Amino acid sequence: MRLPARPGERIDREREVSFSFGGERVRAFEGDTIASALYASGQRVFSRSFKYHRPRGLLCCSGNCPNCMMTVDGVPNVRVCAEPVREGASVWRQNVWGSLEHDLLGVTDKLGGPFTPVGFYYRTMIRPRWAWPLYEKFLRSVAGLGKLNKHATRANRYDVEHRRAEVLVIGGGRAGIESAREHSRQGKRVVLVDENPYLEIEARDFEVISPGRALGIWEGGLVPVDAGRVLYRFRAEKIVVATGTIEQPLVFPGNDLVGVMLPDGVRRLIEDWRLKPGDKAVVVTADETGREAASLLREAGVEIAAVYDLRRERLREIVGRGRGGILRGVEIDGRKLDCDLLVMSGGRQPAYSLLSQAGARVEYDAARGVFVPTDIPDGIEAVGTVTGDGIAAAVPAASYNGASGKGKCFVCVCEDVTDKDLKRAIAEGFDSIELAKRYTTVTMGPCQGRLCHVPSIRLYARENESDEASIGTTTARPPWAPVTLGLLAGRPHEPAQRTSIHHRHKELGAKMMWTGTWRRPHSYGDPEGEAQSVHASVGVIDVSTLGKMIVRGPDSAEFLERLYPNRFGDMKPMRIRYGVLNSDAGRIMDDGTIGRLDDETYYVTTTSTGAGAVLEWFEWWNAVWGMDVEIVDVTGGLAAVNVAGPRARDVMRKLTDLDLSNEGLSYLDAREAQIAGVPSLILRIGFVGELGYELHFPSPYGEHVWNSILDAGEDFGIRPFGLEPQRILRLEKMHILVGQDTDSESNVLEASMPWIAKLDKDDFVGKWSLEQVQERGLQDLLVGFEMEDGKVPLEGAQVVLEGTQPIGRITSSRWSPELRKAIGMAWVPAELAEEGKAFLVTVDGGFERATVRLRPFFDPDGEKLRS
Amino acid sequence: MSFLLDCPNCGPRDVNEFSCAGEVTVRPKSSPTLRELTSYIYFRRNVAGVQREWWYHRQGCEIWFQAERDTRTNEVLSTEVVEPSSRAGTPGPEGVATPDTPAV
Repeated sequence: MRLPARPGERIDREREVSFSFGGERVRAFEGDTIASALYASGQRVFSRSFKYHRPRGLLCCSGNCPNCMMTVDGVPNVRVCAEPVREGASVWRQNVWGSLEHDLLGVTDKLGGPFTPVGFYYRTMIRPRWAWPLYEKFLRSVAGLGKLNKHATRANRYDVEHRRAEVLVIGGGRAGIESAREHSRQGKRVVLVDENPYLEIEARDFEVISPGRALGIWEGGLVPVDAGRVLYRFRAEKIVVATGTIEQPLVFPGNDLVGVMLPDGVRRLIEDWRLKPGDKAVVVTADETGREAASLLREAGVEIAAVYDLRRERLREIVGRGRGGILRGVEIDGRKLDCDLLVMSGGRQPAYSLLSQAGARVEYDAARGVFVPTDIPDGIEAVGTVTGDGIAAAVPAASYNGASGKGKCFVCVCEDVTDKDLKRAIAEGFDSIELAKRYTTVTMGPCQGRLCHVPSIRLYARENESDEASIGTTTARPPWAPVTLGLLAGRPHEPAQRTSIHHRHKELGAKMMWTGTWRRPHSYGDPEGEAQSVHASVGVIDVSTLGKMIVRGPDSAEFLERLYPNRFGDMKPMRIRYGVLNSDAGRIMDDGTIGRLDDETYYVTTTSTGAGAVLEWFEWWNAVWGMDVEIVDVTGGLAAVNVAGPRARDVMRKLTDLDLSNEGLSYLDAREAQIAGVPSLILRIGFVGELGYELHFPSPYGEHVWNSILDAGEDFGIRPFGLEPQRILRLEKMHILVGQDTDSESNVLEASMPWIAKLDKDDFVGKWSLEQVQERGLQDLLVGFEMEDGKVPLEGAQVVLEGTQPIGRITSSRWSPELRKAIGMAWVPAELAEEGKAFLVTVDGGFERATVRLRPFFDPDGEKLRS
Repeated sequence: MSFLLDCPNCGPRDVNEFSCAGEVTVRPKSSPTLRELTSYIYFRRNVAGVQREWWYHRQGCEIWFQAERDTRTNEVLSTEVVEPSSRAGTPGPEGVATPDTPAV
């Protein structure tokens, strides 16, 4: 099947390769593409078209058109004409019901005409309304290109690499190579990229990436280059665009038949892979390339039935005739010619898209019939034929008798847009080319306008009795070449933060959960039991995830006074206060405790997930105010655990010499002392409502301190507890969780913490907005509630009044084993926020009664906390 | 958005390393009227042109600085760490945001 060997051919006839196509073995030579090997094996139909499922064969052989897209090793939409053969590759046809030769969906081509006009999904398949789900199901099953295996894991590993180049040359043709050489002679670091997998360049002075497809040009000289498994994000000081030209098709009925080819496709088949593209050929060309193809064909032994040169004669009608989608002949101005190959050339068009993305303007050169880029922006250079230089005049007619009714006349082969579709769009009022693009999807297919942009503009010009210059082009946008989403996503990164005690939790059987990027124990298997042991005796929880900052400097007191609504300047050293951060809009951002270590030093904790944002917030205000304060984030450096329960003091006594009596270390006191031999900061606070000590110490001692506490607590029946028991305990105490009980609209006045806002302070972030809230009156308040019948509503359930609309929502709810009640917190209108008032809550599709509680359910006076 | 930003500490870096806190606003001095307060909190000049804005080198040195950027072209004209002397109530180049719509 191959033509005799000759120098310059790509294939190495000594080295055989084989792959499978649809399960059948196909033999190939090294140097073949999958398409050339399939062509050699006799394959002529390579795909079925997008909408009409018409048979399609090789057209451009240059990786531009959609005609040879197949699924290769599970990756759909691979253009096999540009995909080198690999031993053992598995190649499948796609977008077909049946086989390439007999596709059941081909019926759309024969019968679907009246039902599938342009924009048909907006009009023909919408009635009757009830049938839409059926249409939708059908459309979804046939739409799209190729199928992904939903159950496949990541088959390929993709990476992103950031790179720099002084000069990046896009395109490895003559002009590109010359430019690369010239720049490297000037001592520049040059990288050249080209999409051709067979690029052979003698490049000693510069780097070549091939195949590598430049996807676009962004600001700052950013050019992402798709190199298969790696995406290079190039930053280039100078970008040289040498993307050359793209051969344009002609628009006539039957121009998509298998056997209609562009000159370069013919050239590649003959020269590169030594394949005979047909037996009898007709050539219709608007430039020299068709004539060159004709002489190559003659050399290859193909009979040339006729050559029509559109520069010399104007044709009125070209109609391709075929059977079963395969070209059998052509009728030109009444003359019938049998042929199995029709070479068409509508001239060459500069591939200016990348330049246009970068900001160049595009102008129509009416004399030569091409769009050329002008006003090339700084830092970018265009060289070679992409500038329009060296392109001979070629202005073919917009279409050749598409209205004759002798078959479909395709302007766009990717999306199966015919001349009729475009004319209909104009008739319906889509008079601008940008609207036509959106309505008909012309230029929106896989070729991204390479083959259809200029023909569609020409057609629009003729139908609107205007010219190409006034029709203009559509906006060029990245990506210029198709790219797999996997490549854009890069390597999967799911960062997980683990505390220094993580592995002990695992050994203790903890069920881990995500909180932000942290991995934390949800519980150790018995949330209610763990909560109960805190009440009954003592428990310990890892709270290393808390955000921790040291704020130090002469202005630190003033700094915190300005950031928080309550006071910190009057605090005595080694005392602790609760603080809530507000935005200037008065909204709650985060909460935590602030301990004063000495006159100029504060130890600030934040929520586990808010640490980064609070640090950023502090640093920002420090930059705005310019105060004499330094902020150090010690979140990762320090571990923290909370020992809580009536026996907590007994456990602590075994670990430290510190005076732990209620007088020596009372509620909201801080101390620095050795715990199990580790220098620690001890905070006496009680998020869970029992006597509690929060110990902060260097992370590396995490496991040691944790083990020491468990050992010391053994006699008291100490149990580690996770996040879920902690949530039960804090709810019993009615302590809020920022982000759970509050959202981006909540303020401290309405979140029932009015005591925290010291509105008599001169200023603090959020003060003025809180004053406005005060002035307008409180509307919705955060309150506690208990259910009358003990059913636990879902978090997010609605609060309703009998027979009326929803008036609020549940933010937290749990069964409290201690109280033997279903309790929770909810936002309700202010008039409902009174002790003992009742409302209804949606539970299990019905309504249940709940009673408002304003004081903590557990230890309302904080006696246990202070004991 | 793919431009480079000159971090005052680290030099030119990819914009994705930074977070932008929007245009520089002026915090009212004391007891603003409701209109002044809502203008400060909610209204931005949103210019098509050069604006002064806050940037934070989140994935780098964690410094806050101000940049002058042309919002039409993303050209960054300058970046600087604001000096303490000029910090308090640093106005944007053309003063405070003035809303066109009544802010009540």
